[in-house]
Amino acid sequence: MPEFVTEHRLNILLALILLGGPLVAHFADEPFLVTLATRATILALAGVGLNIALGLGGLVSFGHAAFFGVGGYAVGILASHHQTYEPLMTSPFVINGTNQMLVLWLVAVLVSGLAALVIGALSLRTSGVYFIMITLAFAQMIYYFAISWPAYGGEDGLSIYVRNAFPGLNTLRPLDFFLLCYAVLIVVLLAQWKMTGARFGMALQAVRQNEGRVAALGLSPYRIKLAAFVISGMVTGLAGALYADLNRFVSPTMMSWHLSGEIMVFIILGGVARLFGPVVGACLFVLFEHAFGSVTEHWQFFLGAALLAVVLFARGGFIGLVAGRVRHD
Amino acid sequence: MTEPVLELSGLSKSFGALKVTDAVDLDLRPGEIHALIGPNGAGKSSLIKLVAGELAADAGSIRFDGREISDLDQIERARLGLTRTFQVSSLIPEFSARGNVMFAAQARRKSIFGFFRQVSRDRELIDEAMEALDRVGLSGRAAVRVSELSHGEKRLLEIAMALAMRPRIFLMDEPMAGLGQEGSAKLIGFLDKLRTQAPILLIEHDMDAVFQLADRISVLVSGKIIARGTADEIRNHPEVRTAYLGEDAA
Ligand SMILES: Nc1ncnc2c1ncn2[C@@H]1O[C@H](COP(=O)(O)OP(=O)(O)OP(=O)(O)O)[C@@H](O)[C@H]1O
Ligand SMILES: [Mg+2]
Repeated sequence: MPEFVTEHRLNILLALILLGGPLVAHFADEPFLVTLATRATILALAGVGLNIALGLGGLVSFGHAAFFGVGGYAVGILASHHQTYEPLMTSPFVINGTNQMLVLWLVAVLVSGLAALVIGALSLRTSGVYFIMITLAFAQMIYYFAISWPAYGGEDGLSIYVRNAFPGLNTLRPLDFFLLCYAVLIVVLLAQWKMTGARFGMALQAVRQNEGRVAALGLSPYRIKLAAFVISGMVTGLAGALYADLNRFVSPTMMSWHLSGEIMVFIILGGVARLFGPVVGACLFVLFEHAFGSVTEHWQFFLGAALLAVVLFARGGFIGLVAGRVRHD
Repeated sequence: MTEPVLELSGLSKSFGALKVTDAVDLDLRPGEIHALIGPNGAGKSSLIKLVAGELAADAGSIRFDGREISDLDQIERARLGLTRTFQVSSLIPEFSARGNVMFAAQARRKSIFGFFRQVSRDRELIDEAMEALDRVGLSGRAAVRVSELSHGEKRLLEIAMALAMRPRIFLMDEPMAGLGQEGSAKLIGFLDKLRTQAPILLIEHDMDAVFQLADRISVLVSGKIIARGTADEIRNHPEVRTAYLGEDAA
């Protein structure tokens, strides 16, 4: 296939479109569309997280909703304690709730990273189909735990009455909140881009392609995969934190296997292992949902058809179709 | 006599009823090429896998630098400086030739957690990789993806990766396989000099290569060492002639 555009240029163009669309919507006084774009941006970030494990490392995790949900609940729980002025715990030391996003994000990233460390440490002893199933099983465990944990809303979820705060921004304004989410996405993408070309990225890609070779060279594939899985969980957890604030609500559905599947769909639609694959995929998904969701309840049928087309005719997803196959130096 | 770097004694391994390694004693001394020959299915590759730690032995000991290493896994043994090359090329297919060797150089540094510095600007790794590629005559193909290299080039790339590991010993599993006349001749010249850098345990079917290179030859048949000696001794060994060279030389 001829390369019409380099992937790099395409990425810049996509980043500009994702920024420009909501700006136009804002000035056209369509706040709903700004919020829609915010949703796409956050889901994209969740996909970016999974893409690090799945795309770069070949780790087909079917349980990433767990990290999305853990990140979301970290925000929901801390924010609810801030609302009630009741400390989260009092001994051995006092931990109070907060409404500061920077703190909330940090906590969300740490907690989801810890969850990924535990789940990864156990799951990565398996591979292939077993790995898919065991990550799914862990996510379901956390899902049912959230449902049966009455302290924080159980099945009904947990509301955040006022969106959390970020210094210098009015996060209640759709455009402000969009720009914040967009900035986070771009920063994470830049970091992933650097990481991919750095020694860790090389090790991870080598593990995906030939694990035995990596071990024969004296590097531990397990450690490399575990590190990638933790980073991946952290990014998806951060997306969950933003999602909690977008909806001002968290519930166990954030951790359902449907969501794990959707995150994977973003990547397949956009292009596995492509930097902007999940961004394109999440945008297409949200557009699909918006365009057909109101027309028919069976919009997922069309999504399924689109997925099938990608798998059959455009292996590299959207990015692969437009920018050709992956290039390594 | 100098102490051996590697010393196997009573090494055994079975796959079910098949004794693939049967009480093997073998050592590798500094500066030597010790060739391991034997018919197909004799258990040569399995022996290398046992030494490299890819397979776990059922019994026996493996001493490296006087230290028992049977309990170490493959990764730990590679870190001590046991570097193997594969009978069937085992490379990173989407990386370039240079990328593969750079990765070996990175592995030698035990370096995983670099997140910002781009390897494409990592002069240390690049220079080392180019030097290793140059030594095997592949520097002109440095930028070519592995999947686009010829079979022979892949074999040489295996060697270049091993060089970049700067090992204490080389474990080479049929490095000449598929190289062709000219390629083999070049590689023979190269390995001849390489032994001074680190001793080589060399599995090879190419008898010309073995007789030219080996300081000592061990003959493995059905998992057992049936003979050991210099090239001349092995050439004239009656059991070897019937068990192995007979069918081959005919
Ligand atoms: N993992 C395994 N499980 C069962 N049998 C095995 C396994 N690996 C090797 N074998 C058998 O062990 C025997 C020795 O195999 P090995 O690869 O060591 O032979 P080799 O001497 O290297 O042969 P060649 O010259 O063909 O490379 C063969 O019969 C092979 O089928
Ligand atoms: Mg073999």
